Amino acid sequence: MLRTEEMLLNVGPQHPSTHGVFRLVIKIDGEIIKEATPVIGYLHRGTEKLAENLQYTQIIPYTDRLDYLAAMTNNYVLCHAVETMMGVEIPERAEYLRVIAMELGRVASHLVWWGTYLLDIGATSPFLYAFREREMIVNLLTELSGARLTFNYMRVGGVKWDAPEDWIAKVAEFVPYMREQLAGYHELVTGNEIFVNRVKGVGIYSKEEALQYSLSGANLRCTGVKWDLRKNEPYSIYDRFTFDVPTREEGDAFSRYHCRMEEIEESLKIIEQAVEQFPEGPVLAKVPKIIKVPKGEAFVRIESPRGEIGCYIASEGKKEPYRLKFRRPSFYNLQILPKLLEGENMANLITILGAIDIVLGEVDG
Amino acid sequence: MSEKEDLAKQKAAAAAKAKAAALAKKQAKEEEAAEKPEGETDAAKQKAAAKPKAAALARKQAKAEAGEKPEGETDAAKQKAAAKPKAAALARKQAKAEAGEKPEGETDAAKQKAAAKPKAAALARKQAKAEAGEKPEGETDAAKQKAAAAAKAKAAALARKQAKEEAAEKPEGEMDIAKQKAAAAAKAKAAALARKQAKEEAGEKPEGEIDAVKQKAAAKAKAAAAAKAKSAAAAKKRTAVQESEEADTPSEISPNQSKLDQIVSAIESHVGQGALLENYINRLSKDVPTLVANPDTYFSIAKFLRYDEQLDFSYLSELHGTDFESHMEIYVHLHSFKMNQSVALKVKLDRDTPVIPSLVPLWSGANWPECEAYDLLGINFYEHPDLKRILLGEDWKGYPLRKDYEPYDVEV
Repeated sequence: MLRTEEMLLNVGPQHPSTHGVFRLVIKIDGEIIKEATPVIGYLHRGTEKLAENLQYTQIIPYTDRLDYLAAMTNNYVLCHAVETMMGVEIPERAEYLRVIAMELGRVASHLVWWGTYLLDIGATSPFLYAFREREMIVNLLTELSGARLTFNYMRVGGVKWDAPEDWIAKVAEFVPYMREQLAGYHELVTGNEIFVNRVKGVGIYSKEEALQYSLSGANLRCTGVKWDLRKNEPYSIYDRFTFDVPTREEGDAFSRYHCRMEEIEESLKIIEQAVEQFPEGPVLAKVPKIIKVPKGEAFVRIESPRGEIGCYIASEGKKEPYRLKFRRPSFYNLQILPKLLEGENMANLITILGAIDIVLGEVDG
Repeated sequence: MSEKEDLAKQKAAAAAKAKAAALAKKQAKEEEAAEKPEGETDAAKQKAAAKPKAAALARKQAKAEAGEKPEGETDAAKQKAAAKPKAAALARKQAKAEAGEKPEGETDAAKQKAAAKPKAAALARKQAKAEAGEKPEGETDAAKQKAAAAAKAKAAALARKQAKEEAAEKPEGEMDIAKQKAAAAAKAKAAALARKQAKEEAGEKPEGEIDAVKQKAAAKAKAAAAAKAKSAAAAKKRTAVQESEEADTPSEISPNQSKLDQIVSAIESHVGQGALLENYINRLSKDVPTLVANPDTYFSIAKFLRYDEQLDFSYLSELHGTDFESHMEIYVHLHSFKMNQSVALKVKLDRDTPVIPSLVPLWSGANWPECEAYDLLGINFYEHPDLKRILLGEDWKGYPLRKDYEPYDVEV
């Protein structure tokens, strides 16, 4: 009779598949995971505490460092919260620039996920394709904002500055190119038998579980919940664009893959329409130099590439927030991991973790 | 200045320099050979060093005599000279762009040029390019394009000429406001001209294109109309907020008021009268219905909201705490897909002993957020399955998000 002993195994904090600093303490019995305990906080920088001593505009660069793969949405959620409380009306052109920037960010973020996820589960070359295209988006956003990842582009009342002269034309050129590449991705990976066998039926959860665990984004939509804040609680100018909210019913890693890939297409649709409608005009509303938010509190939430990102501000009417809180989607999405890993095969660990699509900067705040 | 002249002069200067250097060397050698005392040798060396300097001076003078300007000016002159062929190249490229040929990397070059003087030209060219890009490739009307190219080149030339004249009139280094203004005016003129042309061209376009243009225009108009409606709504809302603040009686009833009433009456009939301390519409927070529970009824209200079939707040969107100094507060943002409505549930806690039931039995998603509130604010959630300092670690002293937090460091 063969006797196996339970073994304690540390995955991380420096593990390549976490793309950040994340530790997972797991108890394994042979190949089977008995218990998994995530350990987080290695990247906690105390953004919320720091923000209490900063003026609103000064907080914007800190938001870049939460979800550094889609910093535009982070910029936006803070500005949106302040604007909601102040009742600022945003100039048209600024809204369009914001939407284009955010959607480009969403495509870039999903590309990074696609490349690294496949890399984690053993396919090397898709990573190279994904980063080639992602680099083009990064270049576009660099031209727009002056920074590759930490954009600091949005301001309360609009955006920092207007787009360079031929920028919109370049974005318009990028859309058909990206569509073409996306078709190539599907040819390369989506139908690949090895890949499909690797992800299909892995990391399944139900719709009820997804809601119970406060999952959002593709993690929620992969169970059939048609929920996208851009559609369901329209903010900015998203109500002007026609686009779908891709969903799947299976709730496994493969369905999350599909949701994200289709979201790229939908984002491209939005970008295309925004470029067509792109208006003239100012890019910054008339707001006071020193921004003071009226006394009270507000919580706003928007759709980031990873799910629902929210911002809560409690204000005393001063130029700094009394309390600032970010609802960080990766932090909420990661909670379900111990449940998913319990009883799983060791080899599925990375497949399941990767499919959640976390960014550790956001998990740790 | 021609290159030949330049070369000859340089050669002559070099020769003179070499001569002077040789002379100095020779002198130095002779002096050394004569075995002079050390101090004198040094002097000689200094002299020797001085000589090439003199040579350089002579060279400069020679240059000056040859009609060349001092260095600073020379550079300016050179730049000007360089600018001429650049301008020519620009004109050529423009023509190319019109003909539908868009070599790669041109954009970069264009950007650099745009930074230089013929800004207006670059602008006109870019517009031309954009137009060329808009057209479907198959629809190349050579004659039309040629005409357009000629017109555009003219506009560009005009703008350039103006810019140059402006530059020529003013002394060097005096990049004053007047000049900038003039440049801007020239730019605007050129842009206007180009736009006009574009319009004319649009008029000439075949039907398919016109349709596309019309569609675009329609889309823009639509967007503008939407914007107007939005701004009007925003203005209305703003005034409403102001009025409500000023008069303390909202002139306009929030669209969410009926839903709040429904929720409140349901809670009062099921959980008990007085279960809620307060309920109101938070105008600042997108009109979210806000319920304030007292610590005793907090859990039962949450449970009711979660499991009541009509309300069905199945989704916990957010949970966090705040230190308001007079009290601690928990803010929970819930969402019901059935009602398509969010609600904010708040509870005020005693600041010294903040204790509250955990919501994890109702929403598993409350697990980590409650750990976070415990970690950063020291709020205790009882019956939480695993309350731990999730971000800072168990050995951290104090609760950083409390307003009276003093950082503790063993080494200080």
